[in-house]
Amino acid sequence: MELIIIAAALMISIGGLGVAIGMAMLGGKLLESTARQPELGPMLQSKMFIVVALLDAVPMIGVGIAMYLIFAVAPGLA
Amino acid sequence: MASGEQTSTEYINHHLTNLTFGRFPDGSWGFATSKNIEELGFMAIHVDSMIWSMGLAALFLFLFHRVAVKATTDVPTGFQNFVEMIVEFIDGQVKETFHGQTKMVAPLALTIFCWVFLMNLMDLVPVDLVPWLISLLGVGYHKIVPTTDPNVTMGMAFSVFALMIFYSFKVKGVGFIKELTLQPFTFKNPFVQVLIIPFNFLLEIVSLIAKPFSLGLRLFGNMYAGEMIFILISLLYTGGLILGLMGGVLQFGWAVFHILVVTLQAFIFMVLTCVYMSMAHEDH
Repeated sequence: MELIIIAAALMISIGGLGVAIGMAMLGGKLLESTARQPELGPMLQSKMFIVVALLDAVPMIGVGIAMYLIFAVAPGLA
Repeated sequence: MASGEQTSTEYINHHLTNLTFGRFPDGSWGFATSKNIEELGFMAIHVDSMIWSMGLAALFLFLFHRVAVKATTDVPTGFQNFVEMIVEFIDGQVKETFHGQTKMVAPLALTIFCWVFLMNLMDLVPVDLVPWLISLLGVGYHKIVPTTDPNVTMGMAFSVFALMIFYSFKVKGVGFIKELTLQPFTFKNPFVQVLIIPFNFLLEIVSLIAKPFSLGLRLFGNMYAGEMIFILISLLYTGGLILGLMGGVLQFGWAVFHILVVTLQAFIFMVLTCVYMSMAHEDH
């Protein structure tokens, strides 16, 4: 029974790890380019939000399925 | 609902099951209770998701229709300004991403954005409020957020996918087949080109099929995880005063963050629909 919990934990953590690094780089690039051209700040930020939402999908799908595993499948196995 | 002591797993599972209506193996129709929910199989209908999604769609259409009919240029009412602001915002987005001629995409984008936004907004309603009220009327299960139901999000994603395929054939015709088979690897030598077609086709089909699944699962994953965290936070309230207060702060914090997620996911769903439509209309 415990293996499914570990599987769900791995799904959440590794997905989150990858996207955290990606979004950190994305934020860094946004700040750099806004510093270089402040007048483009708002436009760059809206583009960044689109990419953040797209990136967000990957770990969120993992979290969604992992939570389904933990709360719907795991009790059934016990 | 459950009387007496209810374990947390039961509480969570109770809040995750939809009000399903279907045909039992013995031929009778009816609402499923927790025990025989599996027997309904695939063809069961999630009544609560249906009611809430169609109700919100009707609300959206009614409100926007009322404003559109009474639209005056001299003294616009506050609500009309609000609707105009949304329409102009969506129109700007569509002009940016979609370069085809079809007049259908902007209204489609507006409908998707407002409808998905309204459905997502239901997630901010406290978890126990509506199911408890409904249970007073004797209805066992109730999930008020349609977008936490994969059927709803995948249904929308596949309808966008069907539109994409339809317009690809309509605008590009044979070009669409050519696009699918000759895309990544092209060779001067026709013999080698014919050989590589199945491999190209496989690559293109995988990316084509990934589009609706990622579109649907993205919205579902975000909303499902969001609601799951709301349910977990509401479990905190059963843990005495300190935990209850902490739960209250957590609930408020997560709700504020979730407002961003709600609007962002509706916006992303709309932008991707425009992008897929413009890809379908591209004619090299």
